[in-house]
Amino acid sequence: MPQSGAEGKKRFVLLASQFQQLFDALKRLGYQIIAPTLLDGAIVYERVESVNELPVGFSDEQRAGVYRLKRRGDRAFFGYAVGPRSWKHYLYPPRQRLWQAKRDGDGGFRVIPEQEQTPRYAFVGVRACELAAIAIQDKVFLNGQYRDEYYQRRRESALLIAVNCAYPAGNCFCSSVGTGPRVREGFDLAITEVLNGKSHLLVIEVGSERGAAVLEGVDVQIATEEQWQQAQQAVDSATRRILKRLDTTDLKELLYRHLDSPHWEAVAKRCLTCSNCTMVCPTCFCHTVEDITNLQGTVAERWRRWDSCFHIDFSYIHGSPVRVSEASRYRQWITHKLASWQDQFGMLGCVGCGRCITWCPVGIDITEEIRALRRSEEGRVAPTVPKEESDANT
Amino acid sequence: MVPRPFRLRQVRRETSDTFTLELEPADSAEGFCFRAGQFNMLYVFGVGEIPISISGNPANPRVLTHTTREVGTVTKAMGKLRRGDVIGVRGPFGTPWPIEQAEGADVVIVAGGIGLAPLRSALYHLLAQRDRYGKIVLLYGTRTPGDILYRRELQRWRAQFDLEVHITVDRALSGWRGNVGVVTSLIPRAPFDARNTVALVCGPEIMMRFAVLELQRRGVPPSHIYVSLERNMKCGVGVCGHCQLAPFFVCKDGPVFSYDKVQHLLEKREI
Ligand SMILES: Cc1cc2nc3c(=O)[nH]c(=O)nc-3n(C[C@H](O)[C@H](O)[C@H](O)COP(=O)(O)OP(=O)(O)OC[C@H]3O[C@@H](n4cnc5c(N)ncnc54)[C@H](O)[C@@H]3O)c2cc1C
Ligand code: SF4
Ligand code: SF4
Ligand code: FES
Repeated sequence: MPQSGAEGKKRFVLLASQFQQLFDALKRLGYQIIAPTLLDGAIVYERVESVNELPVGFSDEQRAGVYRLKRRGDRAFFGYAVGPRSWKHYLYPPRQRLWQAKRDGDGGFRVIPEQEQTPRYAFVGVRACELAAIAIQDKVFLNGQYRDEYYQRRRESALLIAVNCAYPAGNCFCSSVGTGPRVREGFDLAITEVLNGKSHLLVIEVGSERGAAVLEGVDVQIATEEQWQQAQQAVDSATRRILKRLDTTDLKELLYRHLDSPHWEAVAKRCLTCSNCTMVCPTCFCHTVEDITNLQGTVAERWRRWDSCFHIDFSYIHGSPVRVSEASRYRQWITHKLASWQDQFGMLGCVGCGRCITWCPVGIDITEEIRALRRSEEGRVAPTVPKEESDANT
Repeated sequence: MVPRPFRLRQVRRETSDTFTLELEPADSAEGFCFRAGQFNMLYVFGVGEIPISISGNPANPRVLTHTTREVGTVTKAMGKLRRGDVIGVRGPFGTPWPIEQAEGADVVIVAGGIGLAPLRSALYHLLAQRDRYGKIVLLYGTRTPGDILYRRELQRWRAQFDLEVHITVDRALSGWRGNVGVVTSLIPRAPFDARNTVALVCGPEIMMRFAVLELQRRGVPPSHIYVSLERNMKCGVGVCGHCQLAPFFVCKDGPVFSYDKVQHLLEKREI
């Protein structure tokens, strides 16, 4: 890595043809690389070794309830938005053993804390909304009076290589909630892909010492002002392409005013309470625990597993669940994301990634439901609005 | 956070479906400090872990006491444990009863069924500092006379201290000379000065709603009424999400709330 002068401001450029060098550097430093790759017709974050495993030349079409891969006709590494899996899959795995207990002779037992080897991940391709989602989960798991050591270990050893979005998808609304598309903080390295005719570059910003260390031994050059401007233009054009909007004015008050709204019944007619939205959401943190034993009953284990407020037994207390109706469970979800999350953590629980909209089997759209609540206050009837009309209103 | 092993010193049957466990640490001599109204997550080996209030004396950290009603998988497995067995304990969690703030005032305690358990911890404290409080009144409702918890202790306290105890049952066979009816029916006639009273209420949510209405009708302001709420709990520390009540995590913002904080929520259905 050349010395970055004061002027250089830690901005570098790497030829796309040499991107593999960065992967090799990560491996040399002992990181497991997790990056977007094609799996079962979608782009998901998985362990990869080489840049050839990235979804090169692919893009994703996303609408409410629709996800489709398309060929772009170029060699872009990052020409798509977010897929069904988020980084929480790795920082806060869907299933995790918390501890074991072993019986000893006299009716007692010993608890053995979990001693897993903490994986050392390098995430490549973390989008701006996802950095925001990680910051939210940091707040949930690390900032209370209780610190979740399982999350903490994984989080502290993970390296975050962000990517500025150039091709937002149809359900992205990060710009409404102030999380994207431009990456601003919380990364070790941030890449902007610049693809102009034959020129294919990766402009790289350094966000931390650890990030800088990765660039040692990678053939980067200091970015010229022109290259930097090209990178800026790529993100600016992304910002213009984001069409979906969520009006966040007084969202909390709006939702708290509508706890009794008949609108929840209207959503419940469509909602399958399948919990897809909570599983794909990068901020949802709810989990349940499972206690199991071996056949002899001498060893017991405690596991935690992602849970969802859409499951009927989520709120079970002896006799009956608190939230029986589908309407009350949808209300819990959207009220938590957009209202009570603010009381609990001082921020929205939604980063505008659009996953819950894309992966909803019936295409329920969080932004449309908020629009419907606002309209109901204007005295107009509009439970569901056709897509075109609603876009015209944004 | 892993459970700490505690050994059962004593198992006492209270009624046909309730029992009290007295526990002491199995790992070290270090006692267990808590404040009245707090709860623990109790783990039965291989079966599961549930929230149970501490029903013992907060001034005695050497013994940890829990009273449990058998209703399902974990509570029934817990009821089969014997002296010498070990259970896992995580805690103490949650907010306490405001017993220090109540000094100088009358204290009225309204309990329904197993709801008396966390209130007994408060009673230990109130009676130990008896001269710091005005009148202390316990209004307690159970299903039948056979379901009365801590019967002998209540009798002793009544004789020994200045404690008014009024018990009512839902149903009684012949021989019961006490009240029959819901516990809320005891509130209108109970002797306390509503303008200077702190009320502590614990029981089924529906009973608490009506109790609060009666207390307010007597003139006790909502900010002087405290309720202990029950929600599904898996972690006890605000990360599993199960106990949410709109903005609150009942496990850490509660379970004890002043009524003015939660009134608007408890009036909503399925929240
Ligand atoms: C803060 C708090 C304090 C409590 N204090 C006491 C007490 O002192 N004595 C007592 O007998 N009971 C108390 N309970 C209720 C007790 O937790 C439940 O009766 C118990 O969880 C039932 O478990 P189970 O496996 O036997 O029942 P099941 O019906 O088999 O329940 C299955 C699971 O659902 C959940 N669950 C069921 N009922 C409740 C419930 N009422 N509250 C929370 N989770 C529930 C538990 O995770 C339980 O394992 C308290 C509850 C809370 C929230
Ligand atoms: S609520 Fe939907 S749009 Fe918001 S962060 Fe979660 S998945 Fe993304
Ligand atoms: S929306 Fe539901 S599943 Fe997601 S964090 Fe909130 S309560 Fe949990
Ligand atoms: S019990 Fe887990 S958040 Fe309250």
